[in-house]
Amino acid sequence: MRYRRGGRAGVVAALPMLAVVTVPLVALASASSPAEIAAGVRHPLFLPALWLSARTTVASLAVIVVAGTPLAWWLARSSGRGVRVAELLVDLPVVIPPAVMGIALLQTFGPNGLLGPALASLGVRLPFTAAAVVVAQVAVSAPFYVQGAAAAFRRLDEDLLIVARTLGQSPAGAFFRIAVPLALPGMVTGAALSWARALGEFGATLFFAGNFTGSTQTMPLAIYTALESDTRVAVALALVLAAASVLLLVPLRTVPTLLSRRANARRRRA
Amino acid sequence: MNWRVRVCARAGSFALDAAVAGDGAPVALIGPNGSGKTILLRAISGGHPPVAGRIRVGGRILYDSDAGVRLAPERRRIGYVPQGYGIFPHLNVLENVAFGLAAARPRQPRGDRRAAAAALLGEMDCAHLARRLPATLSGGEKQRVALARALLAEPDLLLLDEPLAALDAAARRDIRRFLAGHLATRNTPALVVTHDARDVRALGARSVYVLEGGSVIQRGAPESLAASPATEFVREFFG
Repeated sequence: MRYRRGGRAGVVAALPMLAVVTVPLVALASASSPAEIAAGVRHPLFLPALWLSARTTVASLAVIVVAGTPLAWWLARSSGRGVRVAELLVDLPVVIPPAVMGIALLQTFGPNGLLGPALASLGVRLPFTAAAVVVAQVAVSAPFYVQGAAAAFRRLDEDLLIVARTLGQSPAGAFFRIAVPLALPGMVTGAALSWARALGEFGATLFFAGNFTGSTQTMPLAIYTALESDTRVAVALALVLAAASVLLLVPLRTVPTLLSRRANARRRRA
Repeated sequence: MNWRVRVCARAGSFALDAAVAGDGAPVALIGPNGSGKTILLRAISGGHPPVAGRIRVGGRILYDSDAGVRLAPERRRIGYVPQGYGIFPHLNVLENVAFGLAAARPRQPRGDRRAAAAALLGEMDCAHLARRLPATLSGGEKQRVALARALLAEPDLLLLDEPLAALDAAARRDIRRFLAGHLATRNTPALVVTHDARDVRALGARSVYVLEGGSVIQRGAPESLAASPATEFVREFFG
């Protein structure tokens, strides 16, 4: 008889969790008829929210990668108490509720906040603008990229970087020619997780950026607004957002694998 | 070209304080695991910053803590072949070997760099490996590629960390002959870490340094070390 690792009892024990994850999505998918989905897409809330979500999450991701990569490199390559404390600080937004982050951002950038008056004197007013949406998304979703990139940088073989330097590369040259290509799968995974988190951002955005159609109302907030007036529109919006997330999950699972397999493809071509 | 190194370096609680010197002939560095051999090599290459000391290769001072000289690794003209060979896994053999020419100034066209790398690979009987990826190479092939890559940059001093340790008996004999031949014909000074007395003889090393606990505890010609070993390690090494 073949030994089965899980056994029947194992499968039965695993089912409830799997059901909790999948049944709501199945319910969502079966709740709407194609006509209702089409009506949802035509709803005046839909396109502005979709366009705003697309713009702000791409901007957030750009900010996170540009500012988060040096931080990840420093976390991975340094030791000492300061680095351990920084690691803890980077993880904070993961455990702090998004609503709390929203209030904290208001306390920082609001009219009476820590940096608000200074920014106001420069003519910059951040809260309740599209820029505030980006700030909220960055604050909440950056840890996923920074952790992923730092883990990938930690796995690098120190000798490869030393050899690259002895072969004439500056620190920046060794970073871009050796460290980044080798850490790329981990960086892509982290970036995709960050993007997914930014796409779903709700609490921090609502408190810090508000819920104004066209300027701060992202997809999750549009769902919330639609739910108050028409459940069918909310369901259609939710379906589209779920589809977008699933589309994001596919590259999230495949791109890192593809990147590592590219080596094999090149070997076959050679 | 002669060279002289004295470095004090720390790694955690481990302290290294060693002086090593040589001329055109290979110099062997032996010692038990954890004696500081790799840290010494990394300190010379610039990959591990020393606490104090002086490193001179030919007429160039690479590091001098008293004079405040601290050349970056890319300006030291040191060839470093680490224990795992340090081949870049995402580049094919030709790209690996040509890598050292990419940052050279004046800048050479890409085609010229590749041609130079291909010519050296041919000279080293590795022309057939040019388009292979490192993951598909045997240990002996990796060692040849790593050596070709280091030599193409024409270093003033070559550092080889256990170049033969991970190879089987046949590949070991093969690479030993290969190394001895190329080090002799190019007259490139080399500091070679080894665990095998046969390597010392085959490479023609005229001086051997014994590192134990971060200090050089004996140095001299292989015959004199074999005749009067200072420690049990040296006796077993030449035994």
